[in-house]
Amino acid sequence: MLQFNRGAIALLILLAGGQAEATVRILATTPDWGALATELGGDRVNVYVATTALQDVHRVDARPSLVARARTADLVIATGAEIEIGWLPVLVQESGNPRIQPGSAGYFEAAAQVSLLEVPSRLDRSLGDIHPQGNPHLQLDPHNIAAVAKALTARLAMLDTGNADYYRQRGDDFNARWTQAIARWESKAASLNGIPVVVMHRDQAYLCHWLGLREVASIEPKPGVPPSAGHLGQLVSTLSASPPRLILINAYNDPKAANWLSERVHVPVVTLPFSVGGSPGASDLFALFDDTINRLQAVHQ
Amino acid sequence: MSSFKPIAALLALACALSPSIAGAADEVADLRAELQTLKNEHATRVGALEARIDQLESTPAPIATEATQQQPAAAGSRSSASAFNPAISLILGGSYTNVSQDPDTWRIAGFMPSGGEVGPGERSFNLGESELTISANVDPYFSATMTAAITGEDEIEVEEAFFRTLALPSGLTARGGRFFSGFGYLNEVHAHAWDFADQPLVYQAFFANQQAQDGLQLKWIAPTELFAEIGAETGNGQTFPGTRLGRNGLNGETFFAHVGGDLGASTSWRAGAFWLEQRAEDRSYDDVNEFDEPVTNAFTGKSSTWGMDAILKWTPQGSGGRRQLKVQGEYMHRKEDGELMFNAEGLGLSDAYRSEQSGWYLQGVFQFQPRWRIGLRYDTLDSGSPRIALVEDGVLPPEAFPSLLEAAPDRVSVMLDWSPSEFSRLRAQYAWDDARAEGQRDRQFRLQYLYGIGAHGAHKY
Repeated sequence: MLQFNRGAIALLILLAGGQAEATVRILATTPDWGALATELGGDRVNVYVATTALQDVHRVDARPSLVARARTADLVIATGAEIEIGWLPVLVQESGNPRIQPGSAGYFEAAAQVSLLEVPSRLDRSLGDIHPQGNPHLQLDPHNIAAVAKALTARLAMLDTGNADYYRQRGDDFNARWTQAIARWESKAASLNGIPVVVMHRDQAYLCHWLGLREVASIEPKPGVPPSAGHLGQLVSTLSASPPRLILINAYNDPKAANWLSERVHVPVVTLPFSVGGSPGASDLFALFDDTINRLQAVHQ
Repeated sequence: MSSFKPIAALLALACALSPSIAGAADEVADLRAELQTLKNEHATRVGALEARIDQLESTPAPIATEATQQQPAAAGSRSSASAFNPAISLILGGSYTNVSQDPDTWRIAGFMPSGGEVGPGERSFNLGESELTISANVDPYFSATMTAAITGEDEIEVEEAFFRTLALPSGLTARGGRFFSGFGYLNEVHAHAWDFADQPLVYQAFFANQQAQDGLQLKWIAPTELFAEIGAETGNGQTFPGTRLGRNGLNGETFFAHVGGDLGASTSWRAGAFWLEQRAEDRSYDDVNEFDEPVTNAFTGKSSTWGMDAILKWTPQGSGGRRQLKVQGEYMHRKEDGELMFNAEGLGLSDAYRSEQSGWYLQGVFQFQPRWRIGLRYDTLDSGSPRIALVEDGVLPPEAFPSLLEAAPDRVSVMLDWSPSEFSRLRAQYAWDDARAEGQRDRQFRLQYLYGIGAHGAHKY
């Protein structure tokens, strides 16, 4: 009996040891948060990304595969500010997983870590697809990524205390490389400061804010409202008088309206990756910003 | 001695005070340090604010003039009695109906009427159901949801009112109260989220549109990459095909299972199977007898149904959700075994009754442009030929049960809908409806509107 008990204890210790080595299972809503989790978590995390850069994160189905991932997840990393409101609450609810309920340690929102732009002072759906907490497309300002990385490192260290030092060290390392990269991008993009651009939706707001691009018009008359012929006609007349330098769209946008406008006002369209994986070059977070700035520079010069 | 007293008193006082004097000196030092810290902090914050002002001044203002910046949530203590108000959403629906046959004569041939609000509805303009949903977390352990349908006939119906667990371990979720049963695909979908203006005939005939349980549900999701869930329910069985029983205890049980997953980055699917059984006691329906006189008949016995459901969605990559094809179908098969009473309020003849009935639908909905969808649906039923002992023994002619004469109703529906935003939808639907007996085709045209206000809804797959 004593022998058996010793065996059982040894087995328990082995199992506990196995637990410490086990990876943190992460469900990230966008490729950017997936890439960040991989940067910070290395081989101690197992990351599943719910969407691709070619999808509009606001319009995603609560697919059965995502419910299955939510069921086993230790941590959900979401953008927040209601961008995933049409599907993430369903995943969390259907998952039967108490670890990832909003408010618990296993639920992380990037938008809660940064200052959001464009918080509407008036909430009314006649204004289009507005978000009460502010503009949720926050990943295109690398300073936001830095703030989210810091908070996410702390969260990983809290969830997986056995590997806390590992995460902190990777967090410091990422922060050092990221700070350098920001300096590089900012000096490279200095010539873009102040140039007038036309955007598709309010989703380039953070990029424009960061690089000092001047948004003179938006192809969508209101967020989420597709442009009418009348609105486009009006854009042509106002933009012909004072032409912008670039028209910015994202990989997942329908380029039709932008191309139509481009032909009439003779301004080039730049398709930006918007998220990791949105262009062949944007393979990780660093490459996302390299590629974005390269694309802007290539057409601007 | 007299001079000694004050000195002693002074000494005593000094002794008593000395620790506090020393303490006061410490405190001053502390305060100085604190002040310095505050000054430093202040300087840093002022510096940061100045830097931000500089930055904002050098950056052109964003287009939206109403935009402001939100600071990360401060740990302030604002309190408000309404801060915990639940999420509220209201969906308004209505329609204009044009049908070629009198809607009062509409029935599904070969099937006992399910008694629900089935069929094409009234002619002309009709206010549909206004769905009011209120939901919130109750505490760390439960959430609660209620959906009330306020009908055009000025009635309030509780569609759903249930609690759900939040903290059960191992992928378990329990629900209690009134809720749409979890079997099949369409049974759980609220009317405003249907892809057509009405339910398939099989749901109308088998469940009076959709079955709500007053009872309990337990659901388990497997910890696997392939989505797999199983669920079990029981309740009072009061909705069609069951009835309340005149005794304590439960009526019936429901079991369902679903599996699902992705096929590449553009395609997802889910398939399921279910079985449910309920008892009916004096489940009455109105009919006419062989002389065309109105009678009320009633079924008492056991009703068991099994079925399968499948759905596939194809959302091409790179379309940003602008295009989507959705194909779904369900099959159901029902056996009823018991006694049928003819003219329950008059003659009251009763004898054995057995039936086997089935039905299915298949539909495809294609979103071909950001706001436009087109859909096609075929649905059909097979009533079979019920074995009615009263007829087989020659007590009554088959014409005494006109509703139960063998029939194969079917229907073809096409629809086109336009959704200006996530919160509004306008739909046109045309149906060739052969639900009545042969040769009584009904051409049904409907225009429908749906508007949602309040909390942003999240829809199940």
